[in-house]
Amino acid sequence: MNFDYTDDQKELKDEARRFLADVAPLTVARGVLDDPARGHDAALWARIGEQGWCGAAIPELYGGLGLGYVELCALAEELGRAVAPVPFASSVYLFAEALLIAGSEAQKAEWLPKVSTGELIGTIAATEGAGVLVAERIATRFENGTLTGTKLPVTDGMAADSAVVLAKEGLFLVDLTGPGVTRESVSTLDPTRGAAKLVFDKAPAEPLASGNAREQLSRIHDRAAILLAFEALGGADRALEMARDYALERYAFGRPIGSYQAIKHKLADVFVRNEVARANAYYGAWALSSDAPELGLAAAAARVSSSAAYYLAAKENIQTHGGIGFTWEADCHFFYRRARHLSLILGAPRVWKRHLADRLVARLAAEEVQ
Amino acid sequence: MNFEDNPAEAEYRAKVRAWIAANRPDMSHLLPEENRNWHPAHKEVARKWQHIKADAGYACLSWPKERGGAGGTQIEEAIFNQEEARAGIQFTYFMTGLHMLLPAMMEFSTDEASLARVPPAVRGEEIWCQLFSEPSSGSDSAGIRTAAVQDGNDWVINGQKVWNSGAQIADYGMMVARTDPTVPKHKGLTAFWLDMKTPGVEVRPIMMMSGDNELNEVFLTDVRIPDNQRVGEIGGGWKVIISTLMNERAALGSGTGLNWRDVIKLAGQVPSFEGTALDDPTFREWLADLYVDAEAIRLLSFRTLTALSHGKTPGPEGSAGKLLWSGLGGNLSSQAVDILDHGGLIDDPAIALASGAFQHRFLWAPGLRLGGGTDEIMKNIIAERVLGLPGEPRVDKDVPFRDIPRGR
Repeated sequence: MNFDYTDDQKELKDEARRFLADVAPLTVARGVLDDPARGHDAALWARIGEQGWCGAAIPELYGGLGLGYVELCALAEELGRAVAPVPFASSVYLFAEALLIAGSEAQKAEWLPKVSTGELIGTIAATEGAGVLVAERIATRFENGTLTGTKLPVTDGMAADSAVVLAKEGLFLVDLTGPGVTRESVSTLDPTRGAAKLVFDKAPAEPLASGNAREQLSRIHDRAAILLAFEALGGADRALEMARDYALERYAFGRPIGSYQAIKHKLADVFVRNEVARANAYYGAWALSSDAPELGLAAAAARVSSSAAYYLAAKENIQTHGGIGFTWEADCHFFYRRARHLSLILGAPRVWKRHLADRLVARLAAEEVQ
Repeated sequence: MNFEDNPAEAEYRAKVRAWIAANRPDMSHLLPEENRNWHPAHKEVARKWQHIKADAGYACLSWPKERGGAGGTQIEEAIFNQEEARAGIQFTYFMTGLHMLLPAMMEFSTDEASLARVPPAVRGEEIWCQLFSEPSSGSDSAGIRTAAVQDGNDWVINGQKVWNSGAQIADYGMMVARTDPTVPKHKGLTAFWLDMKTPGVEVRPIMMMSGDNELNEVFLTDVRIPDNQRVGEIGGGWKVIISTLMNERAALGSGTGLNWRDVIKLAGQVPSFEGTALDDPTFREWLADLYVDAEAIRLLSFRTLTALSHGKTPGPEGSAGKLLWSGLGGNLSSQAVDILDHGGLIDDPAIALASGAFQHRFLWAPGLRLGGGTDEIMKNIIAERVLGLPGEPRVDKDVPFRDIPRGR
């Protein structure tokens, strides 16, 4: 038993933090914020690709490093802390995972090596607009080898070369640069993570290897939920540190505002929420890396707790900064925006609370049968 | 990150699970009114169980053998405690002594006669209570006014302690008194242990709002104890307090009491609009939030254990566990009483669901936020010792204790 990263994993994480502090200061995210048409920072993405991080958990057989999922969680935590404006999550946690779960050998062999190096950006296109994603309500159709339908919003939909698309008939692989695909950029709450509306009009598509698409999508979401929980945890920790640092620097009524219990207790509450998120995320990392039967429940718990923690940390960071924290110029809003981005892609907290309760009640029932 | 036993741990777990199943205490002879905390018959069962554990080498597993322990590892101790909890065996009589006070005794005392008190406590023969808090020294835990004055080779103690859990049945107590009022408050304190039968010790139970009587006031009048019952240095009492309180928070934060399993079972029995409360989406959403906190308490105890197994001491982050635990107790009992609707009012064990355990918890819940360090003090500890924020300006700093303004 070990509630921590191993020494090797810590080393990887520290190295990632130093690297990102160097190549991805918040000015890089600000560059995308101020020019949202870019959607992501291509130079940063290239540097990350050179590190081999995209293939951290992809087996060596498919051109990855085959390090493992805890290592990928460590990188996710650091990317989240850096609020990195790159399509890492879409390409690695969603596109590559979809292929690993639902792809044929040939599909994995063709696509995963390109994802591993970062030369190919992939994403997932599931939702079709406002409201809870319910597979039965999906309008996109597969017919005669082509897809027809509209997906909105698709994170990294402008930058991606390929997408795994959810249609009524299952999951399909589509070349977004091919015929029958039109896309337009969509303005979202977090411009540092670009999004698009994708319209498919008889776009050539190839089915992922057969299987139950609903179950496969659920597995993809569970696995991605854990990785995204680490991104949220990294961001929440940094937002808390920013608030703490400002509370030490800023004086009011003759002393640092961080010496007032109104601020101290607020930040202690944030710390406690971050600890809850950390504990549940770590458990998720273990479940993910060992493919434990607890994975579904652990994923929902990691997701619910990290969403709550990041939102609280981000909004209290703004509050601690006072008026300056509410300005465009201050960095506080990066965290506030990213927190909401992370908690809405894959479904809102209330969706995951429902998953969590369903899985918990099922687990208790199973225990009683034993 | 690994939350599974390694093969050796799994083997050990299987062994202790089988041992607990074969030796577990029999409560069946207890009448309903006897089967509750602090009843002499209940205490007798607990005492026997502690003795059986000690004989088998399962009590204070990680303590050295010469102190009554089994010389095992922290991991083995944790596995045993988990299995004991899993079997539903939870006795609180020995917690104060074995989890809080005697570890401090072993850390700070070098007197063999004092240390000889440790093994009988491990065997369940002697029960300990803590005598730290006072009427004017609650959150301000260094504000102790009970005075200890040296007289030859003895100390003479006068003062009053309060909120002393289990003092009514305790054989021994550990106490902190002021030995020098002319220095600032943290510097003038000294720790002692004493026999609760020492002349001049008077215990008066306090009835809590829940109707329970386990807390007490303890009056100390010209209590005379020898110097070898001093624990640690003269003026070193604050260190003993801190060590004890850190142990207490780690123990409280590891999560005991009603939990999500209990509330799911309850909800499944209570009619709602359609079906049971367990089918109600608002209940399920609440349940999800409760579960992530309950899981965090469970998982954070593994972090403490990981630190201990690497030879590190649990740090101030343990305060987060205590905050979560006190919040969980209130949240869980409040929701449980609510889903029962009108029926939630009934606390008669004979007719209330779950024998009124949730109603009892509801009336205990305010105490959870106070005992073992209030929620507010926990937040101060996190803010100052984890986040590194400054303390509030203090008027009692660097002032001789006797000159500090007192109020009421």
